[in-house]
Amino acid sequence: MQAIVDQLAATVREAAAQHAPLCIRGGGSKDFYGGPLRGETLSVAAYRGIIDYEPSELVITACAGTPLAEIETALRDKGQMLAFEPPHFGPHSTLGGCIAAGLSGPRRAYAGSVRDTVLGVRMLDGKGDDLRFGGQVMKNVAGFDVSRVLAGSLGTLGVLLEISLKVLPLPTAEATLRFEHTAADAIAAMNAWAGKPLPLSATAWHDGRLHVRLSGAAAAVSAAIVTLGGERLDDAFAQRYWQDIREQSAAFFTSAQTLWRLSLKPTTPPLNLPGAQLIEWNGALRWLATNAAAGAVRAAAELGGGHATLFRGGDKSAGVFHPLPPALAAIERKLKLTFDPAGIFNPGRMYAEF
Amino acid sequence: MNTIADRPQIDSARQRKVVDALAAFLPPHALLHAREDVQPYECDGLSAYRQLPMVVALPETEAEVQRILKTCHAMRVPVVARGAGTGLSGGALPPGNGVLLSLARFMSILDIDVAARTARLQPGVRNLAVSEAAAQYGLYYAPDPSSQIACSIGGNVAENSGGMHCLKYGLTVHNILKVRAYTIDGELLEIGSDGLDSAGYDVLALITGSEGLLAVITEVTVKLLPVPELAQCILAAFDDVGKAGQAVANIIAAGIIPAGLEMMDKITTGAVEPFVNAGYPLDAEAILLCESDGNAAEVAEEIERMKTVMQASGATEVRVSSSEAERYRFWAGRKAAFPAAGRVSPDYYCMDGTIPKKALPRVLNAITELSAKYGLRCMNVFHAGDGNLHPLILYDANKPGELHRTEQFGAEILQLSIDVGGTITGEHGVGVEKINAMCDQFKPLELTTFHGVKAAFDEHALLNPGKAVPTLHRCAEFGRMHVHAGQEKFPDLPRF
Repeated sequence: MQAIVDQLAATVREAAAQHAPLCIRGGGSKDFYGGPLRGETLSVAAYRGIIDYEPSELVITACAGTPLAEIETALRDKGQMLAFEPPHFGPHSTLGGCIAAGLSGPRRAYAGSVRDTVLGVRMLDGKGDDLRFGGQVMKNVAGFDVSRVLAGSLGTLGVLLEISLKVLPLPTAEATLRFEHTAADAIAAMNAWAGKPLPLSATAWHDGRLHVRLSGAAAAVSAAIVTLGGERLDDAFAQRYWQDIREQSAAFFTSAQTLWRLSLKPTTPPLNLPGAQLIEWNGALRWLATNAAAGAVRAAAELGGGHATLFRGGDKSAGVFHPLPPALAAIERKLKLTFDPAGIFNPGRMYAEF
Repeated sequence: MNTIADRPQIDSARQRKVVDALAAFLPPHALLHAREDVQPYECDGLSAYRQLPMVVALPETEAEVQRILKTCHAMRVPVVARGAGTGLSGGALPPGNGVLLSLARFMSILDIDVAARTARLQPGVRNLAVSEAAAQYGLYYAPDPSSQIACSIGGNVAENSGGMHCLKYGLTVHNILKVRAYTIDGELLEIGSDGLDSAGYDVLALITGSEGLLAVITEVTVKLLPVPELAQCILAAFDDVGKAGQAVANIIAAGIIPAGLEMMDKITTGAVEPFVNAGYPLDAEAILLCESDGNAAEVAEEIERMKTVMQASGATEVRVSSSEAERYRFWAGRKAAFPAAGRVSPDYYCMDGTIPKKALPRVLNAITELSAKYGLRCMNVFHAGDGNLHPLILYDANKPGELHRTEQFGAEILQLSIDVGGTITGEHGVGVEKINAMCDQFKPLELTTFHGVKAAFDEHALLNPGKAVPTLHRCAEFGRMHVHAGQEKFPDLPRF
């Protein structure tokens, strides 16, 4: 396995010497996400396998090229899970890609995000140096929290080699309820419930229907079913429903020509923009299928205290991610230079300038 | 940087210049420099390290903070931000050649958004005050460091503070949404968003736990959680520390995430019992406190499962709190552990390593052996659920050699934490205290990366210089110290 790391490091060093861009790739399931793919492909798919997993530690450490499915199976066998419910977007999705993309699924608003879960990484920086940050323990404040910064950095800071994540037990009981609601009523209801001690684990509203998933101890779930009311869905149906939301295989997503992702204050009213909306995370996540101008979408996001991402389709030439305020952009540019002085890793994947 | 405790004499000409520059916009009561006025700021919660600050500034507005920073930046004057000064690693140790920037006057809860379940806070707001203000809405702020009655939210962010409940509810980094902060050159950074994530790199994760090295925090937006309907606590006694450690692993392996899971050894229960009358079984080698929260039925179910695991793990006694009063009594001793150490010993030294839970028995046994080797008692209290140890080494600074042995004992515990795959600090921070141990935990190239991160925010290393990240030069010298066995290990450590 070290031979693979040595090979990757040699490739990085050579690319750095020639200022030749590298396109870091695991299973390619998120090629669609972010800016254009540039440079020679640097595949980490061969660096795979679970390095250490002890259920009583609530920690798993695996190589970046490990298929996400393999990790989820290993966890399920021990009654545990990745609590952030990452979308795979294809059968070849890897752990490294999952962390680098930083995308979390339906459970995110209730159990934390990708970055919340990251405990440590081993990585190659832009000079080919083999570095470790964080570790395999729950609490660690030694040094800057570099490993969490790598989550969602789209491979622009380094090549992830190994990642340690916190895992959680699978809930013992689960139920999904359905309500008929307008978007505004659904947003109000989701936020009100989130302020009560209820075992919520997912919410999704679309086209007049609000779905609410409850997860936890059987006693907590049954009590919440009584408190909330609504129509309880068949378990198998519910499982497919949440899978379709998580993997974006629901009709709303597959029929969208241009899909925007808006991350907002959860109480933001329904967006006053043309097109269809799907709301998750108590209202903090809004998916918008629209042909509205990018400027209008970004303005709506700012009004909601958040940001907008051109998630799929559309014209990416004007940028995928929300423009950063100048002071922050200046710092992030310097961070990029610290990790990747030659600017070889996934240039333009996040922002045109880095 | 890194001359952490060379205790520079205050240069009075320089002091005059800095005072004059700051007096141009700060009122006299916000600017202290007379010895008797700055004395209260000479240390934080780690009183072993003391240094008189050259100047103390107590701004009341963001505009003043910004001007202080710009002024200091232009004059190349170091700045150390301070909240409530309760930190345990010397992170707010003042600069003898610079300005101690106290955020103590930023004490307002600016807004509680009940519907969105957030609170917007000035950095000097006390941790507990947030939960107290939110209680009327059935909400609270989850991270609860033991010092929560005094510590400030700005300091919590700077240290990424944990607490008794972080196994289930997370650390500070998991419970904040947004931070307003000023860089040393006076630029305002708005980090994070009102949503659950933000564009670009996760600078919020970077600023959390950055120990005041990157920017000065002037506002924090935290998440509030619904107060659980009910909480109940189990007290389980064990006749062997190793068995108690195994019980911790068994609880987690059973798929339970307790709201709190804490361990105390015999010397600790013996020390705290006379002060809190918690009713701890004093003959037990170790006790575990294991809390469940949720609705009544859920708690009843979980407490049953916890009891079963404790009994199967060899507990000699299992008690369940039958009232809130009793639950508070169970916790009272745990929360009083540090003060109790101060009562049973003239001095104590608190460690903060975090280790994988499987290494608990090995590390606890090693600490017992080290205790005998150095002839010093050690109380063991820790956040067992997440492997965060707080060995409290008891010593008497007035006895020749005891402090030196204490430092060596502590250094061996830190090295042991690293050896078993853990870390030198779980929640107290590196500060000045563990700066040498950083050389053991990180390779030079990793430290270089940290310096690069620092430089991205603060090119001239003016914010909290000498803390958290050692220079390679310092590590080289420290390494040489290792080679020449028998020499002082912490040459810069001021005498108690």
